[in-house]
Amino acid sequence: MDWLKIGSGILLVAMFFFILPSAKRMVQNSPKGSISDWMGYIVPIGVIALFVVLLIALV
Amino acid sequence: MQIGTTVVRSHEAILETNKVIRNTYILLSMTLIFSGFMAFLSIALQASFGMAFAATLIGIGLLWFALPRTQNSAAGIPVIFGVTGLLGFGLGPMISYYLSVNPSIVMVAMGGTGAIFLGLSGYALTTRKDFSFLGGFLFVGLLVAIGAMFLNLFLGIPALALAVSAAVIMIMSGLILYQTSALINGGETNYIAATAGLFLSILNIFTSLLHILGIFGDD
Repeated sequence: MDWLKIGSGILLVAMFFFILPSAKRMVQNSPKGSISDWMGYIVPIGVIALFVVLLIALV
Repeated sequence: MQIGTTVVRSHEAILETNKVIRNTYILLSMTLIFSGFMAFLSIALQASFGMAFAATLIGIGLLWFALPRTQNSAAGIPVIFGVTGLLGFGLGPMISYYLSVNPSIVMVAMGGTGAIFLGLSGYALTTRKDFSFLGGFLFVGLLVAIGAMFLNLFLGIPALALAVSAAVIMIMSGLILYQTSALINGGETNYIAATAGLFLSILNIFTSLLHILGIFGDD
């Protein structure tokens, strides 16, 4: 294993622990979304997924 | 009993929100141009992966430790340019690699990232939906993606790498909606912090798209 991989591993672990407190706070404080709220997220994300498939077909 | 609430925002608050949105997009455009220039410089100088990794580390260090301390003052401007410039420089060897195998992958990834960002920002700005409910979901998703990336450093499974890249695009797309909605609804009042968040989402979408297109482009 080269040092670049070890460095990346250390960076990912640091990133995990750096984000963890924010994630905990977000989970505790985020308002609950209704079904229509979630649909407002799922529909554009579905469009993005289709767009990525289109980009794959382009290359 | 259901209680309906109507939020009446003052004229000043709306003006302030519009000012934050305008400043965010101006600063984001400038940092993206600067970051692109630094990536070009990194390619031109034929920076090694080690040099790029060091630049990325310093950029992340500035983002984590210097930006939160300076984002409420004018000192935050050079810091955000430092962060975005160093992260852009860090992309050099990777872009260089993809350019050498198939230049169209880089062009398609750039265009695709721009289209995704403009589409999602346009959607959030025109619908003015509140995406604050996504916060916990997106951050937990991010932690899972980081955990999977870490595991795959040792396992080296291409399918897992592909799944992580796809998940990162979905999470970052959600974060663009979340951050834009926070700008519109007054949840984010600091344009430097907002720029940093949007820049990171764009950067991660670009690198993940490059990875996916690289795999499917059979190069």
